[in-house]
Amino acid sequence: MNGALRVDAGGRINRARPLRFTFDGHELTGFEGDTLASALLANGVHLVGRSFKYHRPRGILAAGSEEPNALVAVRRDDARYTPNLRATQVELYDGLEAHSQNRWPSLSFDIGAVNDLLSPFIPAGFYYKTFMWPRSAWKSLYEPRIRAAAGLGESPTQADPDRYSNRYVHCDVLVVGAGPAGLAAASAAADVGARVILCDEQSELGGSLLGEPDGARAPQIEGERASAWLTQTIDTLTRNPRVSLLPRTTAFGYFPHNLVGLNQRLTDHLANPHPDSPRERQWQVRAQEVVLATGAIERPLVFPGNDRPGILLAAAARTYVNRYGVIPGSRAVVITACDEAYRAALDLHDAGVFIATIADVRAQAYGPLAERARRAGLPVQTLTTLVGTSGRLRVNAVQLARIGDDGKVIDGVQTMPCDLVLMSGGFTPSVHLFSQSRGKLAWDDKAQSFVPAQSAERVRSAGSCRGTFALAAVLEDGASAGSAAAGDAGFANTARRPAVPAADPAIGAYAGALPQPGESTGHKAFIDWQNDVTTRDLALATREGFRSIEHIKRYTTTGMATDQGKTSNLNALGFVSRQLDKPIPEVGLTTFRMPYTPVTFGAFAGFARGDLFDPTRTTPTHDWAARNGAVFEDVSLWKRARYFPRNGEAMHAAVARECLAVRKGCGIFDASTLGKIEVVGKDAVTFMNRMYVNAWTSLAVGRSRYGVLLRDDGFIYDDGVVARTAEDRFHVTTTTGGAARVLAMMEDFVQTEWPDLSVWLTSTTEQWAVIAVQGPHARRVLEGLVEGIDISAQAMPHMSVAPGRICGVPMLLFRVSFTGELGFEVNVPADFGLAVWEAIHAAGQQHGITPYGTEAMHVLRAEKGYIIVGQETDGTVTPDDAGLAWAIGKSKPDFVGKRSLQRPAMAAADRKQLVGLFTADSQVVLDEGTQVMLERDQRPPVRPLGHVTSSYYSPVLSRSIALALVAGGRARMGEALYVSTPNGDVPVQVTSPVFYDSEGARLNG
Amino acid sequence: MLLIECPYCGERPELEFVYGGQAHIARPQNAPDLSAQAWSDYLYQRDNTKGIHAERWRHTHGCGRFFNALRDTTTDHFIAIYKVGEAAPAALKTRKVAL
Repeated sequence: MNGALRVDAGGRINRARPLRFTFDGHELTGFEGDTLASALLANGVHLVGRSFKYHRPRGILAAGSEEPNALVAVRRDDARYTPNLRATQVELYDGLEAHSQNRWPSLSFDIGAVNDLLSPFIPAGFYYKTFMWPRSAWKSLYEPRIRAAAGLGESPTQADPDRYSNRYVHCDVLVVGAGPAGLAAASAAADVGARVILCDEQSELGGSLLGEPDGARAPQIEGERASAWLTQTIDTLTRNPRVSLLPRTTAFGYFPHNLVGLNQRLTDHLANPHPDSPRERQWQVRAQEVVLATGAIERPLVFPGNDRPGILLAAAARTYVNRYGVIPGSRAVVITACDEAYRAALDLHDAGVFIATIADVRAQAYGPLAERARRAGLPVQTLTTLVGTSGRLRVNAVQLARIGDDGKVIDGVQTMPCDLVLMSGGFTPSVHLFSQSRGKLAWDDKAQSFVPAQSAERVRSAGSCRGTFALAAVLEDGASAGSAAAGDAGFANTARRPAVPAADPAIGAYAGALPQPGESTGHKAFIDWQNDVTTRDLALATREGFRSIEHIKRYTTTGMATDQGKTSNLNALGFVSRQLDKPIPEVGLTTFRMPYTPVTFGAFAGFARGDLFDPTRTTPTHDWAARNGAVFEDVSLWKRARYFPRNGEAMHAAVARECLAVRKGCGIFDASTLGKIEVVGKDAVTFMNRMYVNAWTSLAVGRSRYGVLLRDDGFIYDDGVVARTAEDRFHVTTTTGGAARVLAMMEDFVQTEWPDLSVWLTSTTEQWAVIAVQGPHARRVLEGLVEGIDISAQAMPHMSVAPGRICGVPMLLFRVSFTGELGFEVNVPADFGLAVWEAIHAAGQQHGITPYGTEAMHVLRAEKGYIIVGQETDGTVTPDDAGLAWAIGKSKPDFVGKRSLQRPAMAAADRKQLVGLFTADSQVVLDEGTQVMLERDQRPPVRPLGHVTSSYYSPVLSRSIALALVAGGRARMGEALYVSTPNGDVPVQVTSPVFYDSEGARLNG
Repeated sequence: MLLIECPYCGERPELEFVYGGQAHIARPQNAPDLSAQAWSDYLYQRDNTKGIHAERWRHTHGCGRFFNALRDTTTDHFIAIYKVGEAAPAALKTRKVAL
C-alpha cells in the first residue's frame, strides 16, 4: 500500500525506517521523516476531518503551520491527549495514535453534516439573531447545543502530567526562520563573531529548500546543489560555539524591546520520550537585533466547492512530492493566478502525476515557468476560472469556464475529471511577527500583499516575508540583513553574498473570489476554511452595513480561528474591497496578535504550577496549628488558621465554641500576618500627621491609637493600630493584605512629595510574631510570663504599649483588643514566636485558654462593629460612612484625603452608612453581599438601599447579626427594611452596628 | 516585557518595576484651600498621550526608588530616564531602524 503512492527515491524520508501509526484506529505505515499529513497522503487518506460549523468533509490543504483543515488529536494516554494539532506539523513516530475531530459517529458518515444542508439558515451572526427568545433558553438550551455542535477537538480529561521548562537568554542577533534567507542571515552574522540564535518551527532547518527537488532539477547555490549547500551551511553553523540552532521552535510572539517568545517542542516527536525530559521549553530571548526570515504562505483561491479533500495549495503538493516522496493524486487540475503553480505542475508531472490542465485566470502566462510547462507538453488555458467542483469525500471533477475580455464569465462549462486540484493565488508574506513588533506595513500592489515598511524595534525582514521571492534575491537579502544586524550589534558589517544564478521569480497574485457566472451554483466558496466562512457570509456582512474590516472579522469570524487567518486574511480583504468598491489599503488590515501558532498552557506555566505556582507565607505557629488540627484559609499569600475543630466538629460548632471561650475565659490567636511598618526619623510625627487622618502629635510615647488611612480621593484605604514607641518612632500596623500597598503609598509620598521630611520606612511584618491573648482571663494568663512590665489595669490601661521581656526574650506588649474583651498582643521576634506561643498556651491551660482562628476573630469583631477594610469598605466608603469620623484630627491643616472630605457630596445625608441589621427571625443568617431593599418583593429594576457587608451567627447573643452599608442608614434606626434570601425577601430591623457591650466596659477590664 | 533602565541599578526587566502613572503632577501644597475644580483636576485629570509621555516608575523589587521616564507610547521605547525632582529633558527623537 505504501509503494503505490510514493516515488521510488529522493526526498528527505528514510525508506529504510518504516513507522507504524494509527488514524481513527486504522493501522497505517509511514517512514521516518514523514509528518502525519504526508504519511496519510501516502496511504491515500485525503479525508482527515470535519469542518467547524458545517461538518463538511475536509482534507489536507497545506504542508506547514498554516494548515487550517487537517486538525487532529494525538493520544499517548488519557492525560497526554492533545487536540487541534495540525497534521502537517505532527512528526510521525512509531506507534503514533491520531484521531480525527468534530465528527460523529464516524469521519466518513457524520450526522453533523446536516448543518451543511441547513446552511441557508445559519449564516454569519445567525446566533445573534435567531436564538434570542425566550431568554431563559439561551443558557439552558441554545448555547450548550450550539457549542456542542460547533467546535473542534475535545479537551483531555486529566491533568497534564508533563513537565515544561523555561529559559531566558540574550543574544546579538536572533534569526527567526531557517529557510534560505534565515540561513544566509545567521551565517553572515556568525561569520563576524556575533552570538546568534536561529530558530525554526520545522523539525529540520532549511525552510523552502526542503521542498525543492534534488538531483538534476535541484536549484543551484554557490555552484552546488541546494541540498549540499544546506548541509554545509548547517554544519558550519553547528560547529560555531556562538551559534544556537533551535529546530522545532516557533517564535510565537514579539514583545517590546526586542523580547521574542520561542516555544521549543522537545519530546512530541519521540516514540518513547524520557520521563524526566520536559515536553516543551519556552525561551524568552532578549535580542540586540532581530532578523525575521519567516517566509511566505501560499494563498488559496476562492471558488465554489474549494474545500473538498484533494484540493491542495500548489506549493504544498510540491512539498509532498519533493520532500516526502508522496504522490498526492493521479490526475490533477491546476488553477492559478501565479507562476509558482507551474513549478508545482512540472514537479508533479515528473513524479508521474497526469496534469489534466493548468487553468490560469490571467490573460497571459508568459513567464519562464509557463514556458517550461508548455515545453513539457502540459496543457495551459489562460483566462480560465473554476466555477465548481464535485465529489463527496474527495474531489472527482471540476468545472472550468472561460473569462471574457470584460472580466465576466462566458457561458459554457467544461467538466474535467480529476482526483487532485492544485491552486495558487500567489504568496502572502508572513508579516505576523513584524506587525506584532508594531512595525508599519505597506501595501504592495504587484504582490497583492502587505509587506514590512517602517520598523519600530531593532528588527529587519529578509526574504519572502518582505516580498522578495527569487532564490538568488532571497539569499542576498538574508546575507545583507544578517551583516547589517551584526553591524548594528557592534560587529563588523562585511556583507557577504552567496553567488546564485538568476532564477525565475514568482509572479502574480490574486486576492478575493475568482470570477463566477451571474447565477450562483449554490456551492459554498470558502474564504476561511477553519472557521467555515464563505463569500456569502462576507457579502452578508457588507450588505448589513459593516464597513470596518475589524467589525466584519468579528461578525463573520473570518480569520479568528486558531490559524489566525494565515490562509484567509488577504482573500477576505480582497473580497470585501470589491464589495465595498474601495482599494484594499483603505479597507485596512486586522491586527496580528500572538501567538503565531497555538502554544500549550503548560509552556506558559513552566515550573509555576502546584506548590510552585505562588509563594506561600506561613506564620511562626503554622506547624503548631497544623498539628492541632487547624483548618487553614488563604489570606493574600498567607495561610491562616481559620478554626480549630475538635473531635470532628463542624465549622459552625468550632467557631461558636472558640467565640464563647474568648467572651467567657481566654483565647489565643496568631495575628502575625498583620502588616507592620516602622516609621522612624525626626519628622516621623509630621509624616504620620500628613498620611493618616488622626492627630498624632498628642499621642504620647507608650500609647497607641486606631489609625485610618485614606487615599487623596477621601476614601478609606487601610486601617490599623499605630503605637508611638519613641518620640521619633512609630510602629504602624496595617491590614494583612494591605501591608505592601500601604508601604508603597508611604514611600511614594516620602520620595516624591515630601523629600524634605527626615523619615525612614521599614517593613517589619515578618520580624515580629504577634500573639493575641484575649478574654476576661487574659491578664491572669500573662501575669506569670511577662517580665519587667506591670500589666495591671491601672499601670497598663487599654491602648498602652510597653517594651519588656517574656520567657526571656524581648517583647513589645500591646494592650489592644479586636474582640471587645480585655486583650493583649504579644510581639516577639519571629524566631521566638512558636516558643512563646507554646509557653502562653501552657500557662493558659488552667484558665481554659482556647486557640481560635480567623473565623471566630471575624465574628467577635463584628459583634463589636469593628470594620474590616475590604469587607465593610469597597473604595467608596469615607470615615464618616464607616462611623469613624471621630478618628479625624480636626485641627490638622492637611492630611491625605482631607480636601476630598470637604466636598459637599461626601457629607450628603443619603450616603451609605454602616449600620447593624437584625433579622426578624433571629436564626436566619443573611448572605454577605445581598442587597438591602426598602420594600418587600419589588419587581426589578429596583435601586437597592445598600448591601450586607458582614453576616454571622453570634454565639454570645444566640442570634444572627449583620453589618450593612445602607443609604441614610443612621437616620433609619429601628426601621424595617428587606433583604433577599434564597427563600424570598425577609424583614430586617436597622440597628446600631455595635451589637455587644456597646459601652465598652469589657475592654477596660 | 519592557527593559527599563533604573537610574540607580541599570537595565532590569519590567517585572521588577511598578508603573507610577503620569509624572510631574505635584500634590498641591494648599490642598484644603483649593477649588473643587482644581482639586478634581489634580486627582483625576491625566493626559492620554499618543507619543512621548512623561511617567513615573518605581524599582519596587530592586532599590525601591521612584524615578521618571519619557516613553513613546506608540513604540514603547524609552527616550530618557531621569531622577525625581529633575526636569524632563527635551524630547529626543526615537531611534528608527531602516529596513
